[in-house]
Amino acid sequence: MKDVSLSIPKGSIFGLLGPNGAGKTTLIRIITQIIEPDQGLVSLGGSQMTAELVRKIGYLPEERGLYKKMKVGEQLIYLAQLKGLSKSEAKARIKPWLERLDLMDWSDKKVEDLSKGMAQKVQFIATVVHKPELIILDEPFSGFDPVNADLIKDEILRLRDEGTTVIFSTHRMESVEELCDHIALINKSQKVLDGPKLQIKEEHKDGTFLVTHEGQLEPASYYEIISQKTTETGLTETMVKDYTDGGPNNLLKELLGKVEIHGFMERIPSVNDIFISNVTNQNNG
Amino acid sequence: MDKIGLIISREYLSRVQKKSFVIMTLIGPFLFAAMIFLPTYLATTGGDTKSIAIIDESGKFAEAFVSDEETKFEFLDIDQEAGKELVKNETFDGLLYIPDVDTQDPQGVSFYGSSNPSLSLMKTLRGKIEGEIENIKLKQSGIDREVLANLKVKIDINTINLSSDGEKQSSSIGASAIGYISSFMIYIFIFVYGAQCMRGVIEEKTSRIIEVVISSVRPFQLMMGKVVGIAGVGLTQFLLWIILSFGVVAGLGAVFGSPSTDMKTQQKEQLESMNVPQDETMDEIEQDVMSKATKALESIDIPLVVVSFLFFFLSGYLLYGALFAAIGSAVDSDADAQQFMLPVTIPLIISIISLSAILNDPNGTLAFWLSMIPFTAPVVMMMRVPFGVPGWELILSMVLMIAGFVFTIWVASRIYRIGILMHGTKVDYKTLAKWFMMRN
Repeated sequence: MKDVSLSIPKGSIFGLLGPNGAGKTTLIRIITQIIEPDQGLVSLGGSQMTAELVRKIGYLPEERGLYKKMKVGEQLIYLAQLKGLSKSEAKARIKPWLERLDLMDWSDKKVEDLSKGMAQKVQFIATVVHKPELIILDEPFSGFDPVNADLIKDEILRLRDEGTTVIFSTHRMESVEELCDHIALINKSQKVLDGPKLQIKEEHKDGTFLVTHEGQLEPASYYEIISQKTTETGLTETMVKDYTDGGPNNLLKELLGKVEIHGFMERIPSVNDIFISNVTNQNNG
Repeated sequence: MDKIGLIISREYLSRVQKKSFVIMTLIGPFLFAAMIFLPTYLATTGGDTKSIAIIDESGKFAEAFVSDEETKFEFLDIDQEAGKELVKNETFDGLLYIPDVDTQDPQGVSFYGSSNPSLSLMKTLRGKIEGEIENIKLKQSGIDREVLANLKVKIDINTINLSSDGEKQSSSIGASAIGYISSFMIYIFIFVYGAQCMRGVIEEKTSRIIEVVISSVRPFQLMMGKVVGIAGVGLTQFLLWIILSFGVVAGLGAVFGSPSTDMKTQQKEQLESMNVPQDETMDEIEQDVMSKATKALESIDIPLVVVSFLFFFLSGYLLYGALFAAIGSAVDSDADAQQFMLPVTIPLIISIISLSAILNDPNGTLAFWLSMIPFTAPVVMMMRVPFGVPGWELILSMVLMIAGFVFTIWVASRIYRIGILMHGTKVDYKTLAKWFMMRN
């Protein structure tokens, strides 16, 4: 990793993005003290990260599993105890989680008897049961059906609202779009960008507009027609790139004289677009 | 530290509660008891009665072969070929053919059987023929059997240890037995439970729980927790085995009679059947031997043996257990582990092979050096301790042993911390060395 510095605001959901092999897992392992950095430091809530502070982190690794021969309840108690909870405390906290995630009847079953989705839910409980200040989730939705994925998504949002900070590493851009307040993009062990999601989107606007109109739009020097298609209602949708230097109003003024405008909307880049354009740019440059 | 305790108790309890552990613990003593009692039981009950046909062309052996429970002898006055036919059509189990032998050079005795005869049957037949020829020769030379019996003497050499504590009657047989048993127990313990360490690590790695756990505890804590927890399992099992074995042996002894008296009567019967006159003083001699054996066992420093056994048992296991755990961390499956197992097990195998050499010379050069090298010391030293080892050698060996397992645990933990996070990498010794050298 080269000079990756990130600051993650408390109580936010922070999307950590990057192509395969970019160094996301390494970064996470450094945060969780699994491996030590050659240089640099990690601090949590203003104090430098130590082995003691790690118990304030809940980590759901991408490569995850449970002791197959152990019962669900015992396993959760054991993992919670490793995080520093007492046995009675662990029991008291696990119960409501099992109820909420519909696992109460499975508490005495061995993990090997569970379906993959259920095992994933158990794993999620193990990550959050000790009320960590920071939760790190690496591909949390893999192995979930849409219903359970929603269930987990709601839990993540609830935890955020309770003040927990969430680092969220995934390739599923739609969940980043939906959940994250902040994002950071890492490629080839380097940070490419980071900041609040909306701000980054603002910065990545490239002045393209979707114009819905009646009649034929002719090319001109101050805009470029990127694509054009006819809708069901007989109107034409044209993607236009603005070269007027005067902002949307200026472009609209120009277009008003040419065709009858039914709709005019600036195209906001998706996280997916930003991801792809940045990674390809860096890889080519 | 409480986290290590937590890991130890999980590793311990999860294994002790397994069905296989309970079953092995319960069956073990019966297996041991079976090893002690089965040969005795089988020998006393004997097999089916065998019928042996005898064609005695010399006519000298009519009195030698008397039928008993095990073998029925029948003298036939037919030729050899006809006798063979009787064996072929299974009228008899075997045919003993004795030609008209010269007592000076008795040659040409043959046995025909439908299958290979048992060793004990051959021994009985040979004994009977030899005994009879001996009788004939004695008669020819005019020597009375009584005179001959009086000529035989039994000599028993008392061995006495001259140590600083004064003279003690010693028993090299007792010492060898204790040495062998404790050496083998350590050897088996290291192998069985070392392999469990390795399998435990591989299981954690393949089930991918490792990273979840590693985000809560240090890899070193996890490794040591596992190694120590499994040591506890082994100690528990051995302790239960010893207690149960005594119980089972005592119980079976009450039902079937003690194996030693059975063997005694059996030996007597054998002697009688071989026409060797019964030595009347035999029982007295045996009693003497027994009291000598107990006295000799007193000469072995039992508390020292027990303490040394526990020490080498645990330190040897720690030394190898850590290495086995490191191997487990480096590979993805049991099959991949084979290539790394060999160099680790070679010192163990060398020490077990060298035991007989060490038994010959418990304080020789080979014994000394092998008991100083931590990799061979646990097995080799336990062979020597019952014979008496100079105090400084024992202490030096123990100090080196402690240094040895601290060192291997250190090496193993450096490989382990990297290995457990590596999946699907092809691992060779170069990779291991690289992991070991990595700063973190």
